[in-house]
Amino acid sequence: MAELNVVVNNPGPGMTREQELISEVQRGHNELFYELVRPYERRVYAAALAILRNEADAEDVAQEAMLKALSHIRQFRAEARFSTWLIQITVNEALMRRRRERTAMTEGIDDRRDEEGEYTPRDFADWREIPSEALERKEVRQKLAEALGSLDRKYREVFVLRDMEQLNIQETAEVLGISVASVKTRLLRARLMLRDLLAGGWSGGWFSRLPFEKGSKPW
Amino acid sequence: MVANCEQVWREISNYLEGDVDAGLRAAMDDHFRTCQRCRSVIEGTRNVIRLYGDERMIEVPAGFGGRLKKRLSHEAHDRGSRWSTWSTWLVPLAALALFAGGLRWANSLTVEHPLQSEHAQPGHDIPPDMPVIVSAGARDFHVAGCPFIHDKDKERTLTAREAIREGYVPCVRCMRKYLETASSGVPPQPEANADADLDEDDHRGGGQ
Repeated sequence: MAELNVVVNNPGPGMTREQELISEVQRGHNELFYELVRPYERRVYAAALAILRNEADAEDVAQEAMLKALSHIRQFRAEARFSTWLIQITVNEALMRRRRERTAMTEGIDDRRDEEGEYTPRDFADWREIPSEALERKEVRQKLAEALGSLDRKYREVFVLRDMEQLNIQETAEVLGISVASVKTRLLRARLMLRDLLAGGWSGGWFSRLPFEKGSKPW
Repeated sequence: MVANCEQVWREISNYLEGDVDAGLRAAMDDHFRTCQRCRSVIEGTRNVIRLYGDERMIEVPAGFGGRLKKRLSHEAHDRGSRWSTWSTWLVPLAALALFAGGLRWANSLTVEHPLQSEHAQPGHDIPPDMPVIVSAGARDFHVAGCPFIHDKDKERTLTAREAIREGYVPCVRCMRKYLETASSGVPPQPEANADADLDEDDHRGGGQ
């Protein structure tokens, strides 16, 4: 144990703390795994939730994904980012869960829509920069989550992986098993649809109870 | 190069990704300067990306981290226990296997067991101290003078008890009387010429 403390407190030359932890866990120090994944636990949960849309299932899948990552940690190679590897495992777990439970059947109607068709923005009112304080309000976060949840699955998944999980386009394509061109197309539509949904929400009143400047957008 | 509104909407996501060439970027920048609608679209899209990219947008259920940590701890402990349980069994098993292997090896060094015949029978009422002849590479033991002793250069004299202990079986010719009383099934069939020889011997013996 003394040797372990020395190693962890004094990472090797050129090694980040994360690399050091990966190396230690790969050598069998499983008790360090939580420290390794802790920075990503929220992102893992969000990825699972984006696919399953159920908090209990998402938490269960997030835990399963972490356990799977632990049991396969020796297979992790430094060519990929550890966070991307974790998200990949999570997405696979969530997709398997969804297939098992056949929830995809309940939300397949919109998915048949032609994604190659052009999306035309609907709201052209002035926007200004969103104050970060807006996110402190639970109601705002809830409305944003609802808007995201209203997207078709294929748009929601791409948007979450790219804009929330911060994977790049290529990584998003690999994780979802689709082409880069599809990722770009879906991402464009997801962003524009969310923009319209949020603008509509504001004019519809769900920001009206917030103390924003009268006559302007809340951001 | 001039970009119209439709082109801008089509490329707005790539524009924000920095994934358009310099000519298109310049054309879109020009367009944004003059088109308020498209400026609204790009500002709104930027806001969406900024808003959802904020860590605070990812909310986990209360106690999520604690539950995850607990489950991972259990798994880490279980893995240790599984190895501990396995090692509890594996060490004595490995020792036993080594001991058994060692015994077999040691045994193989001391006695070279003869091949066992499909007709081999243990015999019956063979006097244990009766001197018998064995030879290396053969599987039978014989009474002295048996014409079926092969490789006479390598023959040894043992007691019947020793020969049986070393895995030899009675010769079906010269030890016949011990075999016939012992056999409960189909008796061994001597070769025709050997039988003839034995019959001759018997006959000669009987005639003497």
